Amino acid sequence: MATTLTPDTDEATAPHRVHTGGPRNLRQWNWPGGLAGWLWFGIVIIPIYWIVITSFKTSANYFDANPLKPPTDLTFENYKLVIQEHFIRYFVNSLVVTLGAVVPAVLASFMAAYAIVRGRGRFLWSCNALFLAGLAIPLQATIIPIYLIIIRLKLYDTLLAIILPSIAFAIPLSVLVLSNFIRDVPNELFESMRVDGANEWKTLWNLAFPLSRPALVTVTIYNGLIIWNGFLLPLVLTQSPERRTLPLALAAFQGQYTVNVPAVLASVVLTTLPILTLYVVGRRQLLSGLTAGFGK
Amino acid sequence: MVLPALLFFVAFGVIPLLGVLGLSFTTWDGIGAIHPSGLTSWRETLKDPALPHALWVTFLIMALSWAFQTPMSLLLGVFLAGRQKYRAALAVVYFVPLLLSSAAIAITYKALLDPNFGLSSGLGIGFLAQDWLGRGRLAIGVLIFIVSWQYIPFHSLIYQAGVRQIPTSMYEAAQLDGAGRIRQFFSITLPQLKYTIITSSTLMVVGSLTFFDLIWVLTAGGPADATRVLAVQMYIKGFQGNQMGPASAIAVILVLVGLGLALLLRRIGGDARESQMEGA
Repeated sequence: MATTLTPDTDEATAPHRVHTGGPRNLRQWNWPGGLAGWLWFGIVIIPIYWIVITSFKTSANYFDANPLKPPTDLTFENYKLVIQEHFIRYFVNSLVVTLGAVVPAVLASFMAAYAIVRGRGRFLWSCNALFLAGLAIPLQATIIPIYLIIIRLKLYDTLLAIILPSIAFAIPLSVLVLSNFIRDVPNELFESMRVDGANEWKTLWNLAFPLSRPALVTVTIYNGLIIWNGFLLPLVLTQSPERRTLPLALAAFQGQYTVNVPAVLASVVLTTLPILTLYVVGRRQLLSGLTAGFGK
Repeated sequence: MVLPALLFFVAFGVIPLLGVLGLSFTTWDGIGAIHPSGLTSWRETLKDPALPHALWVTFLIMALSWAFQTPMSLLLGVFLAGRQKYRAALAVVYFVPLLLSSAAIAITYKALLDPNFGLSSGLGIGFLAQDWLGRGRLAIGVLIFIVSWQYIPFHSLIYQAGVRQIPTSMYEAAQLDGAGRIRQFFSITLPQLKYTIITSSTLMVVGSLTFFDLIWVLTAGGPADATRVLAVQMYIKGFQGNQMGPASAIAVILVLVGLGLALLLRRIGGDARESQMEGA
């Protein structure tokens, strides 16, 4: 499924490419499409607009005025409150979990993908089949045994408890995307490395790794987003407030400040800001990363 | 070189999957010792009226969110397939919800729909000021809307790619034959997208089984048990009711339902692929 769709996505996310086909005239006066397009724009933008302006309002201002009007007395108090509620710590926790899981996951997946593409034999073939089947395992269904394993490893309520299963669940899709990419590297390049006397290990890091950079960026971003936004693993595997990651902290904060809507929304803005910055900087990579999830 | 990945995946993917089947034949409160207890947990789970209810809610949300998302994604996909600059700019905005965590989205909508303090009541428009999350039917509707808000951009991206692959010549030929635009859509675009529709539907249907974060933060399965899908039912049973045995049985059912649906859709998808190849 993923292999057939990957080229399309590349095209979809790289509009500068030469126009290869497609019914241009179909859309010149496509009013249902146009209507849907603008309608959806409104549906997406109104809540986002509301979150941002409300997060700068005082409570009094929020209850008084029309909720869609910009704040009359701009305040940063809400953000101050959020930061006082240890959001820096939760941010660091999320960062540690995300980096701690994504880096090993991508490196291990890369090595596995290389071995699967370059190697031969029943064992590697079965490994590949296992990873492919793994795409279909829903995290929710395995959470109880994961909880049991984490308790037995005495890792309950640590960040490592979140990291280990996150790595495992990032591997199947990463191996799939990376092995599809490595498969396209011309065989002559590997041959010339071999002639130069490089062993597989050296070929892996000096040739395949730099050549696979686009695919590596894609899987890094995709997994990073999934793990950064992950909720179930931290919910089940940690307990103390000091171990909260951002999504969990958000839920707790909302429970605590239900009535203080501007502060709750400030916490949403603040936790989303890093990803949004990434989106602005590297939109293309991020989108191709997201659509790499097609095979799921 | 395959070993590190294999080790991790077996330890935290394959073993838990087998483990959940094993645990479904035990009694365990989540803290103490695990006792094998044969079919006790299964018997309890299958007799519990909460299970058919959870299955019903799961399928209801699955069907409704599919029925709402598919036409909208298709329409937006066709719209986005155009190369106009403003459409690309709109697309940039469409994708923002995809970046937010389900927890953040749930919290936003909870605040937005709050009957006393939210946007819906603050606008002073009569029907918007409802207790959206406090009544069962409404809560399901809200949930489907939020799911669509989050995932329609992703699916319209799939459709956009599909539409761009349709050869222009087919439309030119249709125009020569005097086919109008609506006719073109139903005779060319839709049949050509058959495989894309199957792919997108598979992702929607199987993906809907894993809605947990959103529902948990938004309604925690409520009001009462109106939005208690299988995944939520499993969490409540296991991690709040301390009945890991029956919770594991629900998890096994979750896997089986997902597997069954994926196979079913693959079967339909296989046919679609063949007919599409014939057409090309």
